[in-house]
Amino acid sequence: MTGAGRTYRLFAILLAVTALLFVVDMTVGSTSLSIVAVWDALWGDADPTTVKIVRSIRLIKALVAVLAGAALSVSGMQMQTLFRNPLAGPYVLGISSGASLGVALFILGAPLLGASAVQVQSLGVAGAAWAGAAAVLLVIAAVSARMKDIMVVLILGMMFSSGVGAVVQVLQYLSREEALKSFVVWTMGSLGEVTAPQLVILAAAVAAGLLTGIAALKPLNLLMLGEQYAATMGVDLRRSRAVIFISTTLLAGTVTAFCGPIGFVGLAVPHVVRTMFGNADCRVVMPGCIVLGACTMLVCDILSKAGGIPINAVTALLGIPVVVWIVLKNRN
Amino acid sequence: MVEFENLTVAHGRNILVENASGRFNAAEATALIGRNGAGKSSLLRVLAGIDRPKDGTVRVAGKDLASMSAAERARTVAFVTTQRVRISNLSCASVVGMGRAPYTDWIGRLSDADRRAVEAALAAVGMSDYASRTMDTMSDGECQRVMIARALAQDTPVILLDEPTSFLDLPGRYELAGLLSGIAREGGKTVVYSTHELDIARERCDAIALVDPPLLVMRPSADTICKIFHITDKK
Repeated sequence: MTGAGRTYRLFAILLAVTALLFVVDMTVGSTSLSIVAVWDALWGDADPTTVKIVRSIRLIKALVAVLAGAALSVSGMQMQTLFRNPLAGPYVLGISSGASLGVALFILGAPLLGASAVQVQSLGVAGAAWAGAAAVLLVIAAVSARMKDIMVVLILGMMFSSGVGAVVQVLQYLSREEALKSFVVWTMGSLGEVTAPQLVILAAAVAAGLLTGIAALKPLNLLMLGEQYAATMGVDLRRSRAVIFISTTLLAGTVTAFCGPIGFVGLAVPHVVRTMFGNADCRVVMPGCIVLGACTMLVCDILSKAGGIPINAVTALLGIPVVVWIVLKNRN
Repeated sequence: MVEFENLTVAHGRNILVENASGRFNAAEATALIGRNGAGKSSLLRVLAGIDRPKDGTVRVAGKDLASMSAAERARTVAFVTTQRVRISNLSCASVVGMGRAPYTDWIGRLSDADRRAVEAALAAVGMSDYASRTMDTMSDGECQRVMIARALAQDTPVILLDEPTSFLDLPGRYELAGLLSGIAREGGKTVVYSTHELDIARERCDAIALVDPPLLVMRPSADTICKIFHITDKK
């Protein structure tokens, strides 16, 4: 079939572009390197400083970008499909506000109890963020198990995250300048704070999230038609919802924990994939999200490094036109 | 055949059908009529196994619906809801292919036999030419036919439809009712659908069931129907 041929061709092109961007991403930074220099440094064929910069800073950051882009996009696809809402994203369930609360309690709350911000930070912002995200999702999942209508879950999730956001504001208001600054910097997002051992954790969590997501692909596809249709086609709604929530927490929760809340990528990429492939089937959209998500995040990282601006500002500036396009396209 | 015994259906605290017994026959299209809010949809959802009855049992082909697994139920009863499916970038063939879900593997891969079932289902509703069209580019009537094809592809002895003729123009309604009667007769299926069109129910269906809370009247007399719908003979 020509459709399948086109799909494979698109995947091949996207993979090639991702590989190219991956290398280009490593050339950009405080010292510009040529692609050849990066390539040599990767294999240890350069002066020790360059090797160190490329291998233990830029390579890790590029890998984080790939993982974050893929994870957020897949999570966005899951939420859009589950809630049948084109404007849903990885954070609709309150994962980012939960993570913010965790980090706020950690960075802002601890100094209130007498510990210094720097002391506390070294203990692990990521752990606090992940705990916050997981806690929020547990509450949502508990509510969701009792609710038949998924729209109620969506509204509760949004209200809950606004409530959590208010608590975070109170904490911010009460905090001292030093702690407040490190919190605000976290909310701007960064791909560069991840260390090599943390990268292993991030990669493992994202892999687990993706595998869980793949296991839930068939029910997710049927959920496109709505929960009633899915139920009469043999989908166990509660079980599928739970599996999809777990997958999204592993994906978006972990990325948010390590990189801060990164907006718009998870919302915009799935739509671009659907249009690009001309197919809404999740079995095509999910791998598409993995590759295009990685691509997008690498582009954002390159722009962020080149312009010296936070990653969150770049994703927003690139993502907002896409969201506007979605709204205009769905007008009818 | 769908049999129900001592069936009580409620919506919240509202009893809609109380202690009803009867059956919907195979190879017949039955129209489910009743006033707005009488409980047609609630009854259909119970018969489809989406909602539990407050009391009583529903048996399909002799087997208790409540004792079936979700997968087994999906191979027994297909349901077409009032929800309009208008998903861009999703082809008709994909939607109808989803109807094969109870028979496919963990990721929903279609076998050659599944593909043939999809083609046959699209042909049965006269939509073969639309296989690669996407769901956002079609009229309401065409969408409705695709959703019915999806139910056919599910290959179940029972098909339930909630107001399949709404959103359609008058000729469209009659065509669809004729299609559903044909599906019932030719496939030996039990087809039950709710409708507000009394003419269609009378002319195109093999049987009528009337929901008049708390009663479910099987094959009601013309007088009963006229009374419920306030139809009087104007001379």
